[in-house]
Amino acid sequence: MHMPLEDTLGLNLLAANQHQAAHNREHFDAWNLLCLNVMSSPGAGKTSLMESSLPLLAPEFAMAVLEGDMTTQLDAQRLEAVGVPVVPITTGRSCHLDAAMVSGGLRQLRQRLDPHGLDLLWIENVGNLVCPAEFEVGEHRKVALLSVTEGDDKPLKYPVMFREADCVLITKVDLLPYLPVQVERIEDHILQVNPRCRVMRVSASSGEGLEVWHQWLRQQVAAQRSTLLASEPDLQRVSVPALSALP
Amino acid sequence: MHEVDMTRALLLAMDQWKQSHSPLEPRVDTVHLEVGAFTCVEPDQLRFTWRAATVNTWLQAAQLAIEPVALLGRCVRCSTTYSPLAEQGYRSPCCDHPMEEIVRGRELRIRSVQYHKPDGLRDSLIPSPSLR
Repeated sequence: MHMPLEDTLGLNLLAANQHQAAHNREHFDAWNLLCLNVMSSPGAGKTSLMESSLPLLAPEFAMAVLEGDMTTQLDAQRLEAVGVPVVPITTGRSCHLDAAMVSGGLRQLRQRLDPHGLDLLWIENVGNLVCPAEFEVGEHRKVALLSVTEGDDKPLKYPVMFREADCVLITKVDLLPYLPVQVERIEDHILQVNPRCRVMRVSASSGEGLEVWHQWLRQQVAAQRSTLLASEPDLQRVSVPALSALP
Repeated sequence: MHEVDMTRALLLAMDQWKQSHSPLEPRVDTVHLEVGAFTCVEPDQLRFTWRAATVNTWLQAAQLAIEPVALLGRCVRCSTTYSPLAEQGYRSPCCDHPMEEIVRGRELRIRSVQYHKPDGLRDSLIPSPSLR
């Protein structure tokens, strides 16, 4: 028996997904928009937050939504009712969106509108505190939601999600008077696993904290545009292939 | 459930590796993976899905060897490295500072592939892989 040969690869397991995500991001940059990846456990209030935020932001920003759901299009229908273009992405068995699924969603979006006119693209991920954290889709910012009813230990139990987030929204704060939970402990636990992220308290139903959250979004849109403006000479050299040419 | 998707990503990478040896078909003994503790991947579940996914494929006889990589943080106040613990909020024991810098533990990496050349071929006929 011969000795086995060995190839050293040092290859990231998710290299193919990262490659596709980078490609999606090139499109977002060419379209001069900010893309958000909104993630949380099921029921934390992603769709409710967007139902409240989208109408309030609509006078300022042209927006669209890619809506990830495992089996139904219920969330997509709720957001369509708000008057924002929504492309549903049904993931089937998969418990998270990946970059290839988002690429497919972008192709559908382009059949409906010219993305150059958009300021903000929201991607609502599948409700799950684990998997979406590992699969980037090309977003510029990751937004994680944690509702006050989930308990203050979740950032420590699911640290990767909260470590990856640029911003964590503590949702349903209107319920705090009825719960034995200290919102300060939730904030403290989030900042322990991710001292650099921005943490905000919001309630989609009472409207509390929404203006602070929207202000953060305005800053991110402006920051993204300045970044693109600063790298404009580079952008002009980058030729982004048509979406129809994507694998 | 995400271990199924991780396995799919691994099989895709292995197919690409095989193509880099084309037209030869190397027989894989072992795929060596590094899996960090601060990832969403559970090694036992990954072994299970690998076994299920490779039945009746060219990788059926291949073993998956997972090398766990422990989480290691570095305190940004005093530069001491430490093992962050969930029970202590991942804070540094030296300065009681939150976990800002992660040195190790986020790895999800195919380190190497051990394989045999197809029967009857000399080692020198094995082309160098181009996959990186």
